[in-house]
Amino acid sequence: MSVKLNTRQVGDVSVIDVSGRITLGEGSSTLRDALRELVTKGQKKILLNLGEVSYIDSSGIGELVSGFTTVTNSGGQLKLLNLTKRVKDLLQITKLYTVFDVHETELSAVRSFS
Amino acid sequence: MPDNSRPVARTVTQSLDSTLDSVDSAEDLAVDMARKAGFGEDDLVKIGMAVRESMVNAVVHGNRYNSNKKVRLSVAAGAGRFTVRIADEGEGFEFERLPDPLSPENIMRTSGRGIFLIRSFVDEFQIRRLEPAGTEVTLVKYMVSK
Repeated sequence: MSVKLNTRQVGDVSVIDVSGRITLGEGSSTLRDALRELVTKGQKKILLNLGEVSYIDSSGIGELVSGFTTVTNSGGQLKLLNLTKRVKDLLQITKLYTVFDVHETELSAVRSFS
Repeated sequence: MPDNSRPVARTVTQSLDSTLDSVDSAEDLAVDMARKAGFGEDDLVKIGMAVRESMVNAVVHGNRYNSNKKVRLSVAAGAGRFTVRIADEGEGFEFERLPDPLSPENIMRTSGRGIFLIRSFVDEFQIRRLEPAGTEVTLVKYMVSK
């Protein structure tokens, strides 16, 4: 299954529910486009819900890093929610787990935005 | 843990186009053969990802999507080893001088983690230049505990 995104608002936080595979090609470019669109619209608080992501490759990891940098450079915050064990393991292997602000519940994630 | 009681000795070789569809098909083939060889789900994910990253390197960075260049794939299960070889026909790269993706200056780079991940997911990893052109990687996952 390729990647699917659904964007919704929770207060002033934009939540992107991601499902499927974030891999080189359509998967990573779809995520990139969605994040850039939100940044262009002036969104400063973005939460990526990765709970339904079944697979992510190095290109997908690169897109998470790119998205983090894009949002941060625009003065915003990008946080991660509901990591699966596989995604968490990958972020730990690549030492990126501590770079991202990761939350296990949407409530705590939304509240954490300053 | 693989089921070592299964007598498995099979090799499949393919010549693939330099497309992302080939990346998917190579991953599917390797995972299917690994599953039949008795690997568990965690190892199947690691094998699949190692093959996927290697295929991406061959198609994207090696052959650069060139329709005149092929990727040779070989998957072999037997003798306690699950072996995948992937060779491209590209100009090659200086794999001895790949930057460390874990170093602080590289941690926020958006690329450069592929070979690091491959090494993390297999028991043996070899890479070599081919003459007159190309790069071949060999991935080995042990089918028995060493």
